[in-house]
Amino acid sequence: MEKYYITPEFEVIRNQNRCIACRVCERQCANEVHTYDVDGKIMLSDEAKCVNCQRCVSLCPTHALKIVKNECSFRENANWQSDTIKEIYKQATSGGVLLSSMGNPKPLPVYWDKILINASQVTNPSIDPLREPMETRVFLGKKPDSITRKPDGSIDTTIAPQLELTMPVMFSAMSYGSISYNAHESLARAARELGIYYNTGEGGLHEDFYCYGENTIVQVASGRFGVHEDYLNAGAAIEIKMGQGAKPGIGGHLPGAKIVGEVSRTRMIPEGSDAISPAPHHDIYSIEDLRQLVYSLKESSQYKKPVIVKVAAVHNIAAIASGIARSGADIIAIDGFRGGTGAAPTRIRDNVGIPIELALAAVDRRLRDEGIRNNVSLVVGGSIRSASDVVKAIALGADACYIATSALLALGCHLCRTCQTGKCNWGIATQRPELVKRLNPDIGSERLVNLLTAWRHEVKELMGGMGINSIEALRGNRLMLRGVGLTEKELEILGISHAGE
Amino acid sequence: MKRIYVDEKHCLGCHLCEYNCAYANSGINNMVKALKDKTIYPRIRVEGDEKITYAVSCRHCTDPLCVKSCISGALSIENGTICIDHNKCVGCLTCILVCPYGAVTTGEGGVVQKCELCLKNASGAPACVAGCPNRAIIYEER
Amino acid sequence: MDVKKYVIIGNGTAAIGCIEGIRSVDATGKITVISSENRHVYCRPLISYLLEGKTDTEKMKYRPDDFYEKNDCNVLYGKRAISLNSEDKTVAMDDGETLCFDSLCVASGSSPFVPPMEGMDKVEKRFSFMTLDDALSLEKAITPDSRVLIIGAGLIGLKCAEGISGKVGSITVCDLAERVLSSILDNECAAVVQKHLEAHGITFMLGNSVSKFDDETAYMKNGEDIHFDILVTAVGVRPNIALIKEAGGACGRAITVSEKMKTSCDDIYAAGDCTESVDVSSGSVKVMALMPNAYMQGHCAGVNMAGGESVFDNAIPMNSIGFFGVHIMSAGSHTDDSEIYEETKDGSVKKLFMKDGMLTGFVLIGDVDKAGIYTDMIRSRKSISEIDFDMLKKKPSLYAFDEEYRGKILGGVG
Repeated sequence: MEKYYITPEFEVIRNQNRCIACRVCERQCANEVHTYDVDGKIMLSDEAKCVNCQRCVSLCPTHALKIVKNECSFRENANWQSDTIKEIYKQATSGGVLLSSMGNPKPLPVYWDKILINASQVTNPSIDPLREPMETRVFLGKKPDSITRKPDGSIDTTIAPQLELTMPVMFSAMSYGSISYNAHESLARAARELGIYYNTGEGGLHEDFYCYGENTIVQVASGRFGVHEDYLNAGAAIEIKMGQGAKPGIGGHLPGAKIVGEVSRTRMIPEGSDAISPAPHHDIYSIEDLRQLVYSLKESSQYKKPVIVKVAAVHNIAAIASGIARSGADIIAIDGFRGGTGAAPTRIRDNVGIPIELALAAVDRRLRDEGIRNNVSLVVGGSIRSASDVVKAIALGADACYIATSALLALGCHLCRTCQTGKCNWGIATQRPELVKRLNPDIGSERLVNLLTAWRHEVKELMGGMGINSIEALRGNRLMLRGVGLTEKELEILGISHAGE
Repeated sequence: MKRIYVDEKHCLGCHLCEYNCAYANSGINNMVKALKDKTIYPRIRVEGDEKITYAVSCRHCTDPLCVKSCISGALSIENGTICIDHNKCVGCLTCILVCPYGAVTTGEGGVVQKCELCLKNASGAPACVAGCPNRAIIYEER
Repeated sequence: MDVKKYVIIGNGTAAIGCIEGIRSVDATGKITVISSENRHVYCRPLISYLLEGKTDTEKMKYRPDDFYEKNDCNVLYGKRAISLNSEDKTVAMDDGETLCFDSLCVASGSSPFVPPMEGMDKVEKRFSFMTLDDALSLEKAITPDSRVLIIGAGLIGLKCAEGISGKVGSITVCDLAERVLSSILDNECAAVVQKHLEAHGITFMLGNSVSKFDDETAYMKNGEDIHFDILVTAVGVRPNIALIKEAGGACGRAITVSEKMKTSCDDIYAAGDCTESVDVSSGSVKVMALMPNAYMQGHCAGVNMAGGESVFDNAIPMNSIGFFGVHIMSAGSHTDDSEIYEETKDGSVKKLFMKDGMLTGFVLIGDVDKAGIYTDMIRSRKSISEIDFDMLKKKPSLYAFDEEYRGKILGGVG
């Protein structure tokens, strides 16, 4: 009875004049939307099952398919929108918490799109990136406050462990279990080729990827899945995950159905058991506890690797960051509310957390004001969508950016936001072998390298346009930004002037 | 010599290679016109089940049994590629009887056909390779 | 450096194989071919397709027109070899000439066996069905009203029947054997084929033979009379072994050859329908008069004649033949105590014969897709336990083999 309440969200439009009944759509849809009717010699579609992942549309050799929003709609209502109504129907049917995947889709402000970048003209020259050397390299880690000299007068160059990146972008944490083995292989290989890093997420590190250790950040999350001594020493840095932008304040949840085979082994938990990461780390109840964990991780890795603390952007992020900067952590990673996820309660994803742009500006300002900005490097994530977002983030004070959704899009994701079903038709958010096959790591890593190579070039063009030739000179350089359509308060928090000023 | 190689690890069993092959060898320059409401006779064929799939096409053997067995001389070797002169083929199917890989098939009208590396059609390069969405079919020397 | 002299008796498939085998090793030796037919090389099985209209005398040529020139061969058309001297290494021809050779290959094929039936000499319109000339004369002789009687329900007789079907008034085929295609099919399979042929207007009189002829009537053993206009004899063939036998070479039913195609006479080889060799599926010596074998034997002989090394040690009987759109394939052999797997599906028949853990033979009627996979199993004597034979039984495909094998074949790995 309940199914009659919810009409299909999408319509499959097939141009029968172009359809050659090759059945690729049928073979490639894990949701079993398409079938071949032998009697009528025609393809049929059951759109109730369609999630609009566009796999069939992309593969159809004669471009006979398109997926459109089902126009069958409720009466227009700005307050009771159709999604809101359907969510109530779902909960009345299931009695459960609504789950969603990927980042917050609500129409809240995107500050990147209200910030504009400067360019040099007349008063100072711009730089041509194809002719002049441009430094996109960054080092993440604790920096000394001042220059010290050794007894013989030479500069003391001892420094805390650093991560060297060829460009200020890294792949953010996506656990093995939420995404597939082939997706991880693509990320690892791309990170190696690009000279940056990728993050294991809270699923542990598969033994096949230990060879990419130099380009790996290993994460220690509240569930401590897959954490053992070799794991900690395998990566180039260790990240303590305190929170995640998509679901601040709560832990992670991977359903038992996805904990099979290699995933179970890598996480070090039995097959079929739900992988629930608790909300707090149960050994971190105060900032002093965090400091203790940071140092015990440094001890077990002989102080050779930087320790990152990742937090979600929440209300008093500035104070939190200040505490972390004094705890011994080398890098703070802040994840804004637009950050993606494999699965999170819908209400938390859509309503909790604050925009990364504001969080970043606030944290950078606070750390500078307290004179501890050099204690840590800042890495930000939570919907960095393009090279211009990267430039704006650095200008606001970040040392580097974390990307995840952008990386998945490069691998083929079409943002259908149904990762939680485990039937990802693009071989990314699934563990089913016949689906994982669809992501060929040769192609995946190539596409990731292409994406970031393009971004690096764009960053250089944007910097050159500003007359800047290194990321260092761009970092925190808020004079290079102007706001447009922002209130006084927003401008004040971002620390930028309005366009025209 | 470049040959068609298939990687079982990446084959999705989507059959796009078959349709692209049939289209490339149809002589018609519009895919819908070439294949709509027609039975296709591809020269590369997918085998396997839900777990493992792969596509089989002529291996262009250096010592081809089919050429040695052809009673009409329709099969021959040209620069290492095994070619068929369809005019000479009488449809005796002896080549199908001897090919150890099942790579030769009957086409329309009873004459036989097999992969000729798209060297003779308008495609220029093997259509199955271009049409594979997961790089499971490669055209190279090994 | 002496230029070697090669002589090939015969101008059929085996001869071409021999030429190509020689030339793969020796580009300069002198090759002389003695061709009894005054024609560019063609394969005899094609004559029935010619009758059907599926090919013509131009398309039938087994090799392009410039083949002999390109391979530097001297072909003596319309000549016959009448005697061999294995010590002097000479061949005497019917025009009085004598040829010397360093190596010789006898590829003389076979001749139709015309049974000595009473009154046969009185029959005016009598044809064999062996050469292109036979086919062309038959084609000229038939009319839409002709009543044709074919003696022999084997491969040749039935192909002839198919070739003239639709162009004559009636076709009757008789054979001493109780079933059609008795050399390759058992009773059940033969019955299926017979039914199919009868549906296309061919009448059979099996287990029957002609007692005597009287101009246009054949008086059958069972008492029936058949009135006919045209008679075709397709009873069988006899290997042409006279030359070798007279020269002192060892012969059974046909010329005995080793794995290297050597006869018992030094520097004399033989290949094709005139030879008998080991059928690896049964281990016994047989005449395996089939196109693929003829070519491969010829090639093997040629390479060895020129001083190279070649061995042909996996010959098996095999046939691929079709009638009115239904194909029949058979390969290998079986014995009374063979293990049999049979299957009839959608009108297609499949029989697989196994012994000692190997596939030794098969018969397929109808669905013959990928039969070569079965053939390869017989020729390579692969053990059934090494593959998923239960799967292969139902459908021949590379899936029955392991990943490593497929990786080698399809992936070029190792």
